[in-house]
Amino acid sequence: MTMERPTTLLAELTHRCPLHCPYCSNPLDLLRAEHEIGTDDWKRVFTEARELGVLQLGLSGGEPLIRKDLEELAGHARSLGLYTTLVTSGLGLTRKRAEALRAAGLEHVQVSVQDVDPATAERIAGTSSVKQKQAAIALVKELGFAFSINVVLHRANLDRIGEIIDYAAGCGADRLELANTQYYGWGLKNRATLMPRREQVLAAKEIAQDRILRYKGRMQITFVLPDYFEELPKACYGGWGRYYIVVSPDGKALPCHGAYAIPSLELPSVREHSVQWIWHESSAFQAYRGDDWMKEPCRSCPRKTVDFGGCRCQALALTGDAANTDPVCMLSPRRNVIDEALHEHAGADEYAYRDYAAEPQGA
Amino acid sequence: MTVAMSPDTVPRIWRLARLDYDPARQRPVLLYPEGAVLLNDTGQAILELVDGQRTVAQIAAELGARYQTDVTADVTDYLSYLAERELVQ
Ligand code: SF4
Ligand code: SF4
Repeated sequence: MTMERPTTLLAELTHRCPLHCPYCSNPLDLLRAEHEIGTDDWKRVFTEARELGVLQLGLSGGEPLIRKDLEELAGHARSLGLYTTLVTSGLGLTRKRAEALRAAGLEHVQVSVQDVDPATAERIAGTSSVKQKQAAIALVKELGFAFSINVVLHRANLDRIGEIIDYAAGCGADRLELANTQYYGWGLKNRATLMPRREQVLAAKEIAQDRILRYKGRMQITFVLPDYFEELPKACYGGWGRYYIVVSPDGKALPCHGAYAIPSLELPSVREHSVQWIWHESSAFQAYRGDDWMKEPCRSCPRKTVDFGGCRCQALALTGDAANTDPVCMLSPRRNVIDEALHEHAGADEYAYRDYAAEPQGA
Repeated sequence: MTVAMSPDTVPRIWRLARLDYDPARQRPVLLYPEGAVLLNDTGQAILELVDGQRTVAQIAAELGARYQTDVTADVTDYLSYLAERELVQ
């Protein structure tokens, strides 16, 4: 097996966030400020990642603007030649900070929008954020950043997909990412409330296809069907340990967002190891790389080089073994757990909001 | 769906994309939000002439002179491919 060079580093600078989205991709155990690694650690990680071949950097969170060294980190990334995206809720993006980020060389800002309906947006975010987001979006446009809007889709907003797309176009977004809720961590906890109905998904697909053509050349729209509604799984992050490195606020390196949930993985820390060692040598990045680890039906399936057996975290969460076939696959003997989940939503409409377990959040 | 690149089209690189060099792979690369295209020397030579002024025909003529052969089809195909991916408009 030839080992690819990684292309993308997702730096989860902090778990702290003013919002409480019930589908947040952060792990259920949120880290507090005192566990976060420092500015110099992050800079070294960016440098090492670049040397290894990383081209794209996501400055993410939580809300990365909570980190006071964000401008310095963005500047360092730019000096290395990385194409950097700030993944933000928009909250905390003051004019002063936006201008400083622009001056530091940040190229691309992605603002999350929960919904076009303010009441639902606030219900999802667990707090009021609509006005502040609008102000942030205006600044991003004014300062000439490349600008994307990201919307996580679920049962409560999917019917407004057309209005959501029109809203993003009206904001002057260059790109719109319509992302389906990922059912691990918080998303899995809230699955019964978030899971859309099949009719909703099919109607949304048609509306999206129509708008994609309508806005072609003005705004790029990415929309993929939620995997629960498909018969074959998606290649998770393009395959385990092939392109992606996620680094958590405390410096743990993961092959994908959801890998926190796989207890058998020994997650290497950038405090102790170089990014190069982590990529080439660490057991976590080798665990599900390639196909040696696969069981049937994946092992003898021709699609194994296309989808790599799907998502490991989903396999673990829903079948109890991360090395099993992703149960989304129609060839999986456990596909029934997906079909059952598609019907479990009747009556569920309470969200468990992400929050820290006990004491108030750190500084 | 094919995107028409006629000889008179004045192609430009997508506002969000940036031509750069990847020191790790020692290859020119076109970077854009959430993606990258590694370029070969031909790709780089073409994109360096995509400046929002030259037409496809002019780009092909310049490269044709440089390589002493007719590259019109290659240039048109390559730019159409990138236009298809919305990286060139
Ligand atoms: S998904 Fe919501 S809660 Fe999670 S980091 Fe993003 S804005 Fe914050
Ligand atoms: S059996 Fe495994 S490799 Fe084959 S399609 Fe299903 S998940 Fe993919």
